[in-house]
Amino acid sequence: MTTLTTPPPPSKERAAPPDGKRPARLRLPARLRRVSLPYLLLLPALLLELVVHLIPMGVGIVMSFKELTQFFIRDWGAAPWTGLDNYELSVDFDAPVGEALLHSFFVTVAFTVLSVGLCWLIGTAAAVFMQEHFRGRGLLRAVFLIPYALPVYAAVITWSFMFQRDTGLINHVLHDQLGLTDSRPFWLIGDNSFVALLTVSVWKGWPFAFLIVMAGLQNIPKEQYEAAAIDGAGMWQQVRRITLPSLRPVNQVLVLVLFLWTFNDFNTPYVLFGKSAPEAADLISIHIYQSSFVTWNFGTGSAMSVLLLLFLLLVTAGYLLVTSRGRKSADV
Amino acid sequence: MRRLRALAALATVTALSGATLTACGGGTSTGGEGSNASPKTLTYWASNQGPNIAADKKILTPELKKFEQQTGIEVKLEVIPWSDLLNRILAATTSGQGPDVLNIGNTWSSSLQATGALLPWDAKNFKAIGGKDRFVDAALGSTGTEGKDPAAVPLYSLSYALYYNKAMFKEAGISKPPATWDDLVTVGKKLSKDGKWALGAEGSNLVNNIHQAFALGKQHGADFFDAQGRPTFTSDGAVSAVKQYVDFMAKDKIIAPGNAEYAQNQSLRDFAQGKTAMVLWQAAATTFEAQGMKPDDWGVAPVPVVSGKPGAERQVNSMVAGINLAVFKNTDNLDGARKFVKFMTSDAEQAHLNKAYGSIPPVTAAQKDAAFDRADTAVLRDTLRKSAAPLPQVPNESQFETSVGTAIKKLFADAAAGRPVTTESVKSELSKAQQQMPKS
Repeated sequence: MTTLTTPPPPSKERAAPPDGKRPARLRLPARLRRVSLPYLLLLPALLLELVVHLIPMGVGIVMSFKELTQFFIRDWGAAPWTGLDNYELSVDFDAPVGEALLHSFFVTVAFTVLSVGLCWLIGTAAAVFMQEHFRGRGLLRAVFLIPYALPVYAAVITWSFMFQRDTGLINHVLHDQLGLTDSRPFWLIGDNSFVALLTVSVWKGWPFAFLIVMAGLQNIPKEQYEAAAIDGAGMWQQVRRITLPSLRPVNQVLVLVLFLWTFNDFNTPYVLFGKSAPEAADLISIHIYQSSFVTWNFGTGSAMSVLLLLFLLLVTAGYLLVTSRGRKSADV
Repeated sequence: MRRLRALAALATVTALSGATLTACGGGTSTGGEGSNASPKTLTYWASNQGPNIAADKKILTPELKKFEQQTGIEVKLEVIPWSDLLNRILAATTSGQGPDVLNIGNTWSSSLQATGALLPWDAKNFKAIGGKDRFVDAALGSTGTEGKDPAAVPLYSLSYALYYNKAMFKEAGISKPPATWDDLVTVGKKLSKDGKWALGAEGSNLVNNIHQAFALGKQHGADFFDAQGRPTFTSDGAVSAVKQYVDFMAKDKIIAPGNAEYAQNQSLRDFAQGKTAMVLWQAAATTFEAQGMKPDDWGVAPVPVVSGKPGAERQVNSMVAGINLAVFKNTDNLDGARKFVKFMTSDAEQAHLNKAYGSIPPVTAAQKDAAFDRADTAVLRDTLRKSAAPLPQVPNESQFETSVGTAIKKLFADAAAGRPVTTESVKSELSKAQQQMPKS
């Protein structure tokens, strides 16, 4: 790779007018190279993104306008167009398909809010707690990260064993040892399945929050706490006035990522409940999977996926708008 | 800069949620008729028939070696668990990248036939394996939509029977297994006490739910589909059949509530441990033996019917269960695949393999082997011959298994939680299931 022969002084470059007028002293090829280099470097990633995500996504969108059943999966291009039928079916909330989708949407929203909230709360509390130096801190930190390090399938299968009504550990402790329940409750069917799902999700998700918040905490200068302590601020005041505001940028990303992961989580409900989740824990990802792959109604499944994508884009855009506005006012 | 960051974040969302969409993407391979481009190898997907995958490999590998010695064709074996099989077949169908020969559940024949991925077994292909009339009629009834060339060839046949624990029956003073459902409930109430239960079920296993509901449906005069292949899940007979099955737990209380969450054959474990006295199952002998029971510990009887005498029409007491052998249409070893099917359905291999798996050969000549006169296999064989019916051979069969199976799972969950299961609630669940069926 050639290097620039006459690099322009940085100050001049920065002073270049935004209308794109070229500084007179920069020669064209060098300038071109300079401008195109980042794009060239990005090109492999862009191509990969195109192949891995964007093209299949485009295909998915096309499929959502087709009547794609087992008759056409071998050659989906030949499936007849159905216009907006798949979308109408998905959002007709008076008919069973739409009603079930809406139900699973609400279940997913409730599940996501609770799971992300709890993950964040537990992760932050643990990270703040771990800031103190004490014996065995390193070991405890490693133990905290175990759920994050375990393979998801193995961990969730173990949970599903523990949640078994008659032979599981959970009921053994709750009912047999502590006597907290009158009878052995079901965890994998019926209404309690939501609690079971939430438990596994939080168990699996909080170490990530812990890790990120801990990294964020390392960046807060100790002097701020010392100064606050001298001014007489207690532990809680320090957390409220120093820790949380300093963690704001970290939390902004953390909550968004946790939200997306949790909202789209497929592995946990699939391993816990199999192909057909109980109504109370019917997350949208598994619901769409069932609509596409279990009932072989790929067109409708694709339409539901597109609707989900639109929803997530909308929520994320709104979230970014609100949080960046907040930061703007904080910057002033 | 801020805008850039927002854009990057949006791109991340698109990427993350795109995963759902991506999952729907499929190939466009249309795959023509097979060829003989690769005549020396075959890939074979076997379904998991034995107690575990290792056992299957142990049973099949020497046979595949035998085939290699005869024909010079090497067979690459992959044994696939039931829970993955349909998805794997679907993926192979979509991508065109699949095995040459594969096992399919016989109830899926018509659904998979509709994809057009399987080689049709026309007169010429059947001739290559010795002719259609070598096979039992009931088994041929589960190889594809009526009026079309079969999409597969029967390999192992099974039917349901009532397995009962002799010691528990003796202890409760019951001299013979129940022949009618009324008997079963009466006997069941005697057996369900002191933490023990009369009947085992797999309430969260969608496919098993369907098998039970189908046989009961036949007895109530219901088929779940009409002659045009349209679903009729809410017919009086279908509702009564489903209600009767769930009522064994909800009303009669002869199934333990815990069985509502069973889906991994836990009911067989309970039977082997003497916790339940009866199970309705297809060829369970090898599993019971693997769990420590001796063949004398249990008895086998036909699944109860209304009159007590199984046979014809309303006295149907089992679905025709079984495994078929299919060939992917785009195989690059078409002749080899036919030879392999011929080998696997030959009289000698049929007797050997079905003996090993405790199933019944769908090939008439192989049924003559003395091994199939054993008490349990004789019941299965007679049921297949006299009182079994194939599940509806319609393209939407696999969706029916899921939607109605799920409805029954929900009803079992209600029963287990002590919520009432009424004709209305059964009808409402079945109606939802019906409306979720795709148009076809």
